[in-house]
Amino acid sequence: MRRVAVTGLGVVSALGVGREAHVAGLREGRCGVGQLSIANVDRLSVTIGAPASGFVGEERFGKSELALLDRTTQLALTAAAEAVAQSGLEVDEALAPRAGVAIGTALTGMETVDANYRAVYEEKKNRVHPFVVPRLMTNAGASQISMAHGLTGPAWTVSTACSSSNHAIGQAFHLIRSGGADVMLAGGAEAPLVFGVIKAWEGLRVMSKDGCRPFCETRNGMVQGEGAAVLVLEEWDRAARRGAPILAELAGFSMTADAGDIVTPSAEGAARAIRGALLDARLAPEDVGYINAHGTATAANDRTECAAIRSAFGAAAETVSVSSTKSMHGHCLGGAGAVEMAAVVLALSEGVIAPTVGLVRQDPACDLDVTPITARERRVDAALSNSFAFGGLNAVLAARRA
Amino acid sequence: MTDDVARKIIAIIAEQAMLEPHEVTLDASPEQLGVDSLGLVEIVFAIEEAFDISIPYNANDPAASEFDISSVDKIVEAVRRLITEQA
Repeated sequence: MRRVAVTGLGVVSALGVGREAHVAGLREGRCGVGQLSIANVDRLSVTIGAPASGFVGEERFGKSELALLDRTTQLALTAAAEAVAQSGLEVDEALAPRAGVAIGTALTGMETVDANYRAVYEEKKNRVHPFVVPRLMTNAGASQISMAHGLTGPAWTVSTACSSSNHAIGQAFHLIRSGGADVMLAGGAEAPLVFGVIKAWEGLRVMSKDGCRPFCETRNGMVQGEGAAVLVLEEWDRAARRGAPILAELAGFSMTADAGDIVTPSAEGAARAIRGALLDARLAPEDVGYINAHGTATAANDRTECAAIRSAFGAAAETVSVSSTKSMHGHCLGGAGAVEMAAVVLALSEGVIAPTVGLVRQDPACDLDVTPITARERRVDAALSNSFAFGGLNAVLAARRA
Repeated sequence: MTDDVARKIIAIIAEQAMLEPHEVTLDASPEQLGVDSLGLVEIVFAIEEAFDISIPYNANDPAASEFDISSVDKIVEAVRRLITEQA
């Protein structure tokens, strides 16, 4: 069976623009959550988020480019360019049809949607910019990345709410493994910090007004983040032959559906996805040193996820390191799994477990080693990354040290 | 107890629970009436709209919210207080 190498990684998040800035934040246990300054924030009851405030589109794209790029796509393109640069990938005529892109996005170009609804409904304008449609469409990121890098093979967008990125990365991985492509840019992006999106989430009453504290007894909900990350996935022998940097091996993927409730997660569905990823990667629970948890800081998620880990890992649950990096970069929704792969790569390549910051008192119902407050060193040979979406769609990735 | 405020709240809960208003007793908990967590969020929203008030309710941990939703009369009492406070 063909193996799949991760040869590049690009990230934009609340912790910084670029892989190094993001990873430095993970190591330091820096929290990127703060007060939002967006239009109509005075009409919101939730006024915090984790914006990628270091990212200024005007500094990276020209005016004519920006006319076509929602902030979601700007973040995705920036992460993809960084990943390709790190991998040293050169897409020539022979490779192009064997190279593609899969991007996860839960929402769509919401900055564009929000601004243009405001224009037509509130400001009563009867005309919008001619490129509103190509800006806001959910596949804009995948399409723009294919154009920027000349990828003429398989290209698509996955939208499975908060599992979007893991589904995109997992499908791209399976595609390379089965011979359908040789190189895939895979990841996700989300820019949800606009009035309309936060107002909608307020309605569900699962958002925190004061911070994201996964696995903590004092937690009171999730905090939304803005971010994107893209991995270069490459058939192993090809990567080795050209001397590419191999950051990790993507080794397994599993997806399941709870087929239960539209918002309440199921431990059984999550556990099946965890077991499936281990099986797909031919890993035993005791091989796994780190789990990047979905860890949203809602009681429903955190308790269900810990029960799922216990169920799938058995005795090995006592020794595995777990953390939720959402405590630092917020919940990037459709971009979450991709942004969180940075912590998986950090654990595998440098033996550093990114922490769960903000923890005050651990919830007894989440009694795993959740790596509170500060990063720790640990040699990790294999790691998992969990994503569990509204709608009961679970996607778990497994990776090995290169 | 069954003034206008209570009647409106009972009607909202009854609609959500798919019951007749007379089946919604004051001592019943939302759970006893067959209302799940999503139903509760909808009830809170409907009450806010009906009385033009803002209810401090976090679905993440309903028991820890300042808004007592343990029974119908507790909800009525809390709404009455919010109406006065937010008038």
